[in-house]
Amino acid sequence: MSISIENMTKSFGGTAVLRGIDLTVESGELVALLGPSGSGKTTLLKIIAGLEWPNSGGLQVNGQDWLGLAAQARRIGFVFQHYALFPHMTVRDNIAFGLTVRPRAERPGKAVIAAKVDELLHFLQIGHLGERYPAQLSGGQRQRVALGRALAIEPTVLLLDEPFGALDAAVRRDLRAWLRRVHEETGSTTIFVTHDQEEAFELADRVVVMGEGKIEQIGNADQIHDHPASPFVARFMGATVELPVMLHAGRAEASGLDASRLPRRALPDGAATLFLRPADITPIADPSGRWEVSRCTSNGAILRLELSDGSQTIPVDLPRRAPEAKGLEQGTRVLLRPEAAAIFPGPRAAQMQAQPIEFPRKEKSL
Amino acid sequence: MSAAAIKPKRVLPGFTLSLGTTLLYVALIILIPVIALILKGAEIGPAQFWAIVTSNRTLSALRVTVSAAALATLFNAFYGLLMAWVLTRYEFPGKRILDALMDVPFALPTAVAGISLTALYSANGWFGAPLSGAGIEIVYSLAGVTLAMAFTSTPFVVRAIQPVLEDLDPALEQAAMTLGASPWQIFRRVVLPAILPAWLSGSTVAFARSLGEFGAVVFIAGNLPGKTEIAALLAYIRLEEYDYQGAAAIALVLLGFALVLLILSNWMQFRAARHLEARA
Repeated sequence: MSISIENMTKSFGGTAVLRGIDLTVESGELVALLGPSGSGKTTLLKIIAGLEWPNSGGLQVNGQDWLGLAAQARRIGFVFQHYALFPHMTVRDNIAFGLTVRPRAERPGKAVIAAKVDELLHFLQIGHLGERYPAQLSGGQRQRVALGRALAIEPTVLLLDEPFGALDAAVRRDLRAWLRRVHEETGSTTIFVTHDQEEAFELADRVVVMGEGKIEQIGNADQIHDHPASPFVARFMGATVELPVMLHAGRAEASGLDASRLPRRALPDGAATLFLRPADITPIADPSGRWEVSRCTSNGAILRLELSDGSQTIPVDLPRRAPEAKGLEQGTRVLLRPEAAAIFPGPRAAQMQAQPIEFPRKEKSL
Repeated sequence: MSAAAIKPKRVLPGFTLSLGTTLLYVALIILIPVIALILKGAEIGPAQFWAIVTSNRTLSALRVTVSAAALATLFNAFYGLLMAWVLTRYEFPGKRILDALMDVPFALPTAVAGISLTALYSANGWFGAPLSGAGIEIVYSLAGVTLAMAFTSTPFVVRAIQPVLEDLDPALEQAAMTLGASPWQIFRRVVLPAILPAWLSGSTVAFARSLGEFGAVVFIAGNLPGKTEIAALLAYIRLEEYDYQGAAAIALVLLGFALVLLILSNWMQFRAARHLEARA
């Protein structure tokens, strides 16, 4: 089922949450909507589900207009962030719910429903939990039940809102691989929302990076990592160091900067900003260097430095056994040699808008 | 070597004092009067007790009380549910005022409620005049007793359901929606099971309260023995006649009703909430 979204906007009160979204998802694709909180990703997911309605724009699934359809008629599988299992029903009844609420004429017989539930329980590897109530399950088990309930109606589209947000790290990794398998075996078109880059890149065919109600970039891990389309994406992907530079013939220049490892870029001369990941910066010891090591800590494998030039302090990570790390200590003067960087024209101030918001880690208890 | 056992310190101080005060209060205000009542009833002896309780006047007073209370509770169960639903699910101007109005029956002296209801529904009152023109008499009838009971016990149902509805995760209903459930199915299979314990217990307490309602009822009922005389009033009349045993017997029957209802209410809540407590 291919999904196509055109120029979709949505605001709550006076706040624009979606500012013109265009997105096409191919049949059978697994797509991640990645972004910080407040980027509109969950709202977009809920609009596809029919749980929210846009102010303008189009939503077509297999050529059919879905904005005229109620959620009930869309036949989607939606997995909620906190699972939203029906607390007074057993696991079996939860999974069977979507089948038992069908109009009498379309409703499968009791035996058929029971067989379907058995099959799903087995498929989800929770065969022994059928008679339990949700309160008796762990987070990972609830997640499986929630997915089973959504899959029971054989949905055209599977939508997941922060599917692993409330789980422990170890359970998360397990479920990720498992969800990928579920997606492949059911062949459904799947969209999931996450704020976790690792999760998005590991799981999805394509990642849609969203920021403040707009799509900033669509691509796979390498594309987005190496060629961020905007300062927002660069920052979101961990390029937290921003250095003002001047562009001359496509090369970045600044005092104390060795840009020899960076390829020439087809950008006009003038002021620009270099976006760097702390791990992509190599400090080269140089007595006349502009930067001075102001702090130096090690976790055994990685040397974490803080470099200061009097007005700006930047973090730098490098392997402790790298040749460049030798002799670095507090007070050493260094040059910066970026190994990779994103560069956007304009001084730093021009790129200050669309700052990714730092978000606290999700609570793991439920 | 004998090590002194370590006495853990409580986080909250004052346990002994606060529990002691509470128990003393419960004993003085609730337990002792109830025990006194039971002892008074026991003095009568089973045969005489039975004779008092099954006398025509007592029986019909009990019948009036129970049937009016049942009708009032039935009305309140549905009206209270509707009211709680409106107060939690919709936004409209004046919602907070309406919410505050729900407590009026709690705050108003019941006698005042009885007098104003009587004034409104008597044959020349605002509502009573047109109703009596249509041949419907409210005052001095079972309908009047029911009306007064319904008025004073409404908040029990509303205030029982309201917090549960407010806490109900909207994602549950959304999940049911995406699974194809119709609005009625969502209510019937998702919302209702969630509010059922609160609804049942709210209604039971409203019923218990209606059984004992006195102030509001005596003004509107007319208190015709055998017709609109309620049990609580009859007990009062017996007391006025210095017939303490008769009063105690009737009071004991009312007490029995109330206890059975409370036990029933707790049991229903326990049953309905079992799956939430259960841990593997």
